[in-house]
Amino acid sequence: MEAARHIHLWGALRPYAGGASVIVVEARTIRELFRKLEEQFPGMTPHIRRGIAVSINGRIYRDQWDTALPEKGEIYLLPRIQGG
Amino acid sequence: MVTLKDNSLANPTEAAPPTTSEPGPHEPLLSKHHFKSVGTRPLRPDGIDKVTGRAKYGADHNLPGQLVGLVLRSPHAHARIKAIDTTRAARLAGVKAVITAADLPDHTGGDEGLFDILDNCIARDVARYDGHAVAAVAAVDAATARAALKLIKVSYEVLPHVTDVDEAVKANAPLINPKNFTRGVEPAPARPSNIAKRSTFGHGNVEAGFKAADVIIARTYRTEQTHQGYIEPHACVASISPDGTGELWVCTQGHFAYRQWCAAILGMDVAKLRVTSSEIGGGFGGKTHIWMEPLALALSRKANRPVKMVMSRDEVFRASGPTSATSIDVKLGVKKDGTITAGSATLRYTNGPYFGMWAELGAMTAFACYDLENVETIGLEVLVNRPKVAAYRAPSAPEAAFAIESAVDEAAKTIGMDPVAFRIRNAAREGSRSSYGPVYGPIGIGPTLKAAQNHPHMKAPLGPNQGRGMACGFWFNFGGQTCSDLNIGVDGTVTLSVGTVDVGGSRASLALCVAEELGIPYDHVRCVVADTGTLGHNDMTDGSRGTFSSSMALIFAARNAINVLKARAAQMWEIPLENVVWKDGHAHATGDGHGNLAPLSLKEIAASAPNTGGPIAGHAEITADGAGVSFATHICDVEVDPETGRTRVTRYTVIQDAGKAVHPAYVEGQYQGGAAQGIGWALNEEYVYGRDGRLQNPTFLDYRIPVCSDLPMIDTQILEIPNPNHPYGVRGVGETSIVPPLAAIANAVSNAAGVRMTHIPMSPPRVLAAMTSADKLGV
Repeated sequence: MEAARHIHLWGALRPYAGGASVIVVEARTIRELFRKLEEQFPGMTPHIRRGIAVSINGRIYRDQWDTALPEKGEIYLLPRIQGG
Repeated sequence: MVTLKDNSLANPTEAAPPTTSEPGPHEPLLSKHHFKSVGTRPLRPDGIDKVTGRAKYGADHNLPGQLVGLVLRSPHAHARIKAIDTTRAARLAGVKAVITAADLPDHTGGDEGLFDILDNCIARDVARYDGHAVAAVAAVDAATARAALKLIKVSYEVLPHVTDVDEAVKANAPLINPKNFTRGVEPAPARPSNIAKRSTFGHGNVEAGFKAADVIIARTYRTEQTHQGYIEPHACVASISPDGTGELWVCTQGHFAYRQWCAAILGMDVAKLRVTSSEIGGGFGGKTHIWMEPLALALSRKANRPVKMVMSRDEVFRASGPTSATSIDVKLGVKKDGTITAGSATLRYTNGPYFGMWAELGAMTAFACYDLENVETIGLEVLVNRPKVAAYRAPSAPEAAFAIESAVDEAAKTIGMDPVAFRIRNAAREGSRSSYGPVYGPIGIGPTLKAAQNHPHMKAPLGPNQGRGMACGFWFNFGGQTCSDLNIGVDGTVTLSVGTVDVGGSRASLALCVAEELGIPYDHVRCVVADTGTLGHNDMTDGSRGTFSSSMALIFAARNAINVLKARAAQMWEIPLENVVWKDGHAHATGDGHGNLAPLSLKEIAASAPNTGGPIAGHAEITADGAGVSFATHICDVEVDPETGRTRVTRYTVIQDAGKAVHPAYVEGQYQGGAAQGIGWALNEEYVYGRDGRLQNPTFLDYRIPVCSDLPMIDTQILEIPNPNHPYGVRGVGETSIVPPLAAIANAVSNAAGVRMTHIPMSPPRVLAAMTSADKLGV
């Protein structure tokens, strides 16, 4: 379980994880995380396709899927925001 | 300008990295603290062309043989299209093409978002709002095109409509889309409704928090729909060749995205469509969506001639993308000592007839300025028969901030606490869990509040009928895909090619960054916005990303070019590369035996390029993450005429963190621009719909944006708290400045009028009615 990461979910994703606000996923990168989420929680797939941002210790990543997920620290999934 | 040197305040997250003298070419972390070019205020490179009329905007481009394209739009708010007869129009002399939705078959492959774009560009079976395109013509001149539009016969079955946000969520409201079942609700609803999505954010236990409060503030706030009000209407020229390739010249904030969407809708390969962006006369988010561009391309394809289309102002209002109208319930629990014990909000945002994420953004940003133990926000995306909503500068945050900051101000007043001190007490700080989820790293709201507390504006005396208000605002900012070229000319001057459209002065700022990195004068660097055929993909200029992301890419490109320059100098000197360093725009030889070699300038190295390997260039393609969140605090004074209810803004101050202000005059311009637009939004601007669901005021005469005489001089205070995730510490600055004004002005008007204002815009009749009502109630 050395790759186990605690992943915080925003409200829209929780129904697909049985209502859980935090789930444990074995993933070392954002890419691996999204792949595992689609495998384990298929209901999240449309959200992932539309775009999910990943906050790692407060820094928000929208696109860089090879970003490493740290073993410690907070990983939080968020909607991929739009701007003006 | 105030410069904060305390790096520990820097946002977001990582500790500032160690400073190195020579960062790697693609090292994004903060590495430079002392500047020669960055931070200066050279004249804007596009200034003379713009003030003398030489600059070419969307409508200024013309091609030989071009036709005039015009659009027939629905006069109904909601109607089924039973039939469209274009026969007579097509037969009219001078008409070269007529199109309907049938000429734009569905190539979207099940992509719901793309299908909504297609359906919005031209209605397929249902006209969903007043102004929805139903057909288009291309003719030899405008008179012929107008005549042709009159000859198109559309048979409508008028359907019930709803345009009001609160009416649309009622159980008996007309359905905008019978296939819409609310997302984000478990179990999934069995019946369709006008709520497209429900989003929730928050943490803690708000009910427990409210029980612990001494005072509860609970109100409903409303804001009306507004338009970005860019002066330049949408305009384009499209030309499709018989070989299937095409070109589009267009006014846009993102020509690569326009290419992607237009190619997808027309069933073209992306590489076969070349898009060139014009100068832009304002966008503010409204030019991040395509509207009539696919129609121009389809008309050109059918007519085999170039087609030019320019929206009228009426069309811009009725059929481009305004912001949401909102209805927001806020509840705030406060202890007498000034601690907020809980906050909750339900935010209803109109989306137009298509699915969006506008309430979701409002729900994310609503309480983001505060450190709350118990907080909950619910966002409801509401479908209505109005135009598709588009982004407007920090989209959805101003409406949410209006509601929350009004409640915060009322709470402070209720417990007898100074509103700035109250906000400082509850402000989010490093380690706070944000209301939208993640824990904050070091953030900048505290410095903006403290700067406001110490600002002379806060201590200035007020006159009769005057009031002062202040408010805070938050926005995310982001980076994104960016691709840039740097080419060194034969004389040593430098041309930059970027793919981010210059909406607020980025060409000057980018040239300053490259001048800084190369160590050459700013005048030796020129920046152009390249077309889609000459650079890799660039995301749009939105999310305050233009200068942040393209400067990062160009700094990397400059570092790559420096490596080439050093190699060429080593060749010229016939010494090892490791004995060459770059400093102040020159190659310097180092090491034993090379001390007498005079430095080689960039100009000298460029002149020798033909004999050292050919052209010298740098390039970078990146994904620029790490833009960092942004905070601002605004202070506003107003005077309210008790007889008419008219409000005049007498003084306004913007305080915001820029990370590093590359060109401070442009940064100030962004701050002032956001405040000016916010003043219009707060006091005058409003979409007015009749009972027939038609827009009543689609002109600048009846939809009144502020003019110079409506505005005070807007003071700015730039805080510079370096962003650790940019080589020069740069943050985005373009959007956050529009977040606090609605609330700051509402708080000022409430203080001046002696009654809490809960409905934006605070137009004279609305203020007068509130004051009269308060008088009757003895408030």
